[in-house]
Amino acid sequence: MQNKITVENLNAWFGAKQVLHNIDIGIAKNMITAIIGPSGCGKSTFIRCLNRMHEVVPKAKASGKVLVDDTDIYDSDIDPVDIRRRIGMVFQKPNPFPTMSIRDNVVAGLKLSGIKNKKTLDTISEESLKKAALWDEVKNDLNKSGVSLSGGQQQRLCIARALAVEPEIILFDEPCSALDPISTSKIEDLMLELKEKYTIVIVTHNMQQAARVSDYTAFFLYGKLIEFGETDQIFKKPKEKSTEDYIVGRFG
Amino acid sequence: MNKIKYSIFGRSKLSGDFIFEALVGLFALGVIVLAFLLFRELFIESQLSRNTFGLGFLTTSTWNPVNEVFGALPFIFGTIVSSFLALLIAVPFSLGIAIFLSELAPEKLRTPLSFIIELLAAVPSVIIGLWGIFILAPFIRDYLAPPLSTYLGFLPLFQGPMYGLSMLTGGVILAIMIIPITSSISREVIMTVPTHQREAALALGATGWETTRIAVLPYARSGIFGAVILGFGRAIGETMAVTMVIGNSPRISASLFSPSYTMASVIANEFTEATSKLYISSLIEIGFLLLVISFIINIAARILVWKLLKVEGGGVT
Repeated sequence: MQNKITVENLNAWFGAKQVLHNIDIGIAKNMITAIIGPSGCGKSTFIRCLNRMHEVVPKAKASGKVLVDDTDIYDSDIDPVDIRRRIGMVFQKPNPFPTMSIRDNVVAGLKLSGIKNKKTLDTISEESLKKAALWDEVKNDLNKSGVSLSGGQQQRLCIARALAVEPEIILFDEPCSALDPISTSKIEDLMLELKEKYTIVIVTHNMQQAARVSDYTAFFLYGKLIEFGETDQIFKKPKEKSTEDYIVGRFG
Repeated sequence: MNKIKYSIFGRSKLSGDFIFEALVGLFALGVIVLAFLLFRELFIESQLSRNTFGLGFLTTSTWNPVNEVFGALPFIFGTIVSSFLALLIAVPFSLGIAIFLSELAPEKLRTPLSFIIELLAAVPSVIIGLWGIFILAPFIRDYLAPPLSTYLGFLPLFQGPMYGLSMLTGGVILAIMIIPITSSISREVIMTVPTHQREAALALGATGWETTRIAVLPYARSGIFGAVILGFGRAIGETMAVTMVIGNSPRISASLFSPSYTMASVIANEFTEATSKLYISSLIEIGFLLLVISFIINIAARILVWKLLKVEGGGVT
């Protein structure tokens, strides 16, 4: 088993408040790793440290090592902008750009990289929308606004937008919490398809979702990694008492 | 919006609610009545002028109190050109200020800096006018006009002699006067852009400036447009400072170096010395036109903003 991401001794703060304590974890390549835990346990902060999005919040900082294929993304000569192009992110609330068309939303990241050729952009936009299982629903409306779509479609549009820049890793930060069950199951199916090519990390407060889609599960509590292992093991035979308590619904 | 039902229509006896509703209702109605009476008064008082000159009042440029021949075109021209010139100068500055204060400036500096800029709006317009006469006009005459006529003199805009008091000076003064309002409203609008929009851009690998360009400005554009229109409305009605620096000469010239005159300025300058009924009536008609233009601009701006909002389905006012 090969690790795509290796996290060593990661700590994170908001101002003086420490929200992550000494996290060590390895994220397997071409697998889905779920991060679960109650609200405020640091799971979103953790995933945002993996593409250096944590530090865009005022007064937030992080220390430690996050190795992606042996490159420490917190190394001083690494530009966070390059990191974010390699590691895509899908957020809790679907956030397409409201003034852009569906097509322009998908290729927004490519345009930033300086790709201007219309044919290239059209091709990649179609491919990305197909990968995100949205193409059939929008192929006749590519020039409509991104916010004319339903919530679930908007989220798949955001996935297409992340895929278009060909990242190696995709981070999902509670991607279904604003969606209905049908849209949720579409996105879950999509994640299972995408893991063939990408390494996926998903934060979720929905334990059934973690059990359905993930290969590995990490349980966080009070900013600490309590338990990490294969999803089957975590859900059927948790080693830690608090993991079991959380999974059976005694708190959280 | 659901209104809580305790309106006067559901009550039989005189209650505190009734008195309160009637009182504030009366205040609100008062403003509408006042605006209507203002229109009516200006319309009635300008009747003599309208009957004498007809539509020709809008299209002729003679302004001769001795022979009692009046045409408002130079003033309309002066008002519109000086206001557009002001926008041309003020919009880039205001946007720059707004972006700096909301996206780039260190957290600690934001509040004091925006306070200082808004304070500029509190400077009495006659003080800005004095500064315009003594500092700005000579500066433009000595340092700005010569290079403009040397390098851009082939354009009709920068030809002819420049004595300091001119359309250009008036435009610059107006720009200074509208920068506080356009920049502070633009800043507020930009600050309402949700974090998730900025993060969407950042997560795609956008730099700070790229985030502003692809996520922040497009999202805020209808609100920024509203801020610009408000500035334009202010420029059109501004009287004192511009009267002091624009030169007050009713002529239409392509050159920004030549003096000009605005609708507000001619009313302020000539109302006290207007002796004949026709003279007064003509000035009032200019006032009426100014009011109508201001109303049309504001209404048009509102409609545009509403339309943009509908299209986007998620913008801000």
